[in-house]
Amino acid sequence: MNVQIACKNVALGYEGSIVAEKLSFEVAPGDHLYILGENGSGKSTLVKALLGLKPQLSGEILRGEGVAPGQIGYLPQQPLVQRDFPASVREIVLSGCLSKSGLRPFYNAAERERAAAAMERLGITELSKRCYRELSGGQQQRVLLARALCAAGKILLLDEPVTGLDPRAQADLYEMIGSLNRDGVTIIMVSHDVGAAMRHASHILHIGSRRQLFFGTAEDYAKSAVGRTFIASEEAENDD
Amino acid sequence: MTEILSTLHEFFQYSFVRYAFIVGLLIALCASLLGVTLVLKRFSFIGDGLSHVAFGAMAAAAVTGLTNENLIVLPVTLISAILLLRTGQNTRIKGDAAVAMISVGALAIGYMLMNIFPTSANISADVCSTLFGSFSILALKPSDVRLCVVMSAIVIGTFIFFYNKIFAVTFDESFAKATGVKAELYNTLIAVITALIIVLAMNLVGSLLISALIIFPALSAMRLFRSFRSVIICSAVISVVCAGAGILLSILVSTPVGSTIVVADLAVFLVFSLISKAVRRSEK
Repeated sequence: MNVQIACKNVALGYEGSIVAEKLSFEVAPGDHLYILGENGSGKSTLVKALLGLKPQLSGEILRGEGVAPGQIGYLPQQPLVQRDFPASVREIVLSGCLSKSGLRPFYNAAERERAAAAMERLGITELSKRCYRELSGGQQQRVLLARALCAAGKILLLDEPVTGLDPRAQADLYEMIGSLNRDGVTIIMVSHDVGAAMRHASHILHIGSRRQLFFGTAEDYAKSAVGRTFIASEEAENDD
Repeated sequence: MTEILSTLHEFFQYSFVRYAFIVGLLIALCASLLGVTLVLKRFSFIGDGLSHVAFGAMAAAAVTGLTNENLIVLPVTLISAILLLRTGQNTRIKGDAAVAMISVGALAIGYMLMNIFPTSANISADVCSTLFGSFSILALKPSDVRLCVVMSAIVIGTFIFFYNKIFAVTFDESFAKATGVKAELYNTLIAVITALIIVLAMNLVGSLLISALIIFPALSAMRLFRSFRSVIICSAVISVVCAGAGILLSILVSTPVGSTIVVADLAVFLVFSLISKAVRRSEK
């Protein structure tokens, strides 16, 4: 029960071309893991593999209780939601319960309760009847986070959740994710924001081009050669 | 006014008018259900594409002398629908191009077949009635009505049963997949229902106007309503009302049934657009 997900020497990619290999890391309950890497370093392929949507080419992905494929709460990157989609906040949050309802055509009382609790937890209860497309970017991400909570209570996988938000909304969302983590929800966050990683992460997995550069605690990362270089380069960029 | 009512009353004495009414309303109801999903999945033209395929299949059925043309038309349309809606991201020809290609291809083949092997003296009338809907809706046999009722019941039942899944797959396919919802399966289901609806609706408005029956009520409802459920309900109501009004009007002033219904849908869309503009302005 002390490991939720363990990857052992995993290689990912498409037929004939490896995107990332020799990935080895572990996620324990309550961890706040940041997956860092440049664009094209195989982060999104790793996300698909963790969700169980794409088999690994080699190696092993071991899963503990409650983190089987379909039980991970997922916040997709830049959701492909069309601008004109008519849907209320409540309808969207409820759809997170779908995987549990099986063939049953309607949601039962327990599922509605769960959705209400998730909305309460994220402070969007009073938005429940509002139309999703009329919300601000930060509010929309909260809605999707509530939906992810409905799908899974133990572990959330967030793919670049703050992209496109203004700094204030970013800070709010980081705070919200942090408080979920303090409540015992394991967080796996894909990001290229090393600054946020240093503030919030307990563990860091850094993927370079095709291979793993670092896995360990955030403290060790800040001391490591890889970490120091990356942090320095990001800081230099921010100073420009 | 009383004159019109008495004329209508007189019309409803005839069973063929009642049949046309039942069939017309059922088809309109079915067509409106999936409209929202198809519009949002950027498949507004699937109706056109599939109905042209059905047109081609009909021509083939006529040429081979099959008495029950649905034996060919239905399976061919079903298969095309599944192929089209499944193309998704991993094909070289993208959704809209695939629809365009299949639709004009089938149209050309159908028209050619009808010309090479003419089954009646007046080809252009045949073609015209297949494309724009015929008055055959006013010549339905009880067996046709029964078939239509059964197919509509299947479509409506399936839609209600899988309503939540259809919502999830339309709103966010990647999330649905990640949480273990079989998105592929439901996409195929959507394709199958779409094909059923199109084969049904061809009799009412013809293959060129089917898209209107599917798209207009959804677009009108989306002007005013903000939740998925209210949009679905509203578009079903719009569609049924417009079909009813269209059929009555076409009997009263003897206009073509299909185009009258579509014009009614268009009118509702314009009215709803104006209302939504007014509402938005007053909110500001």
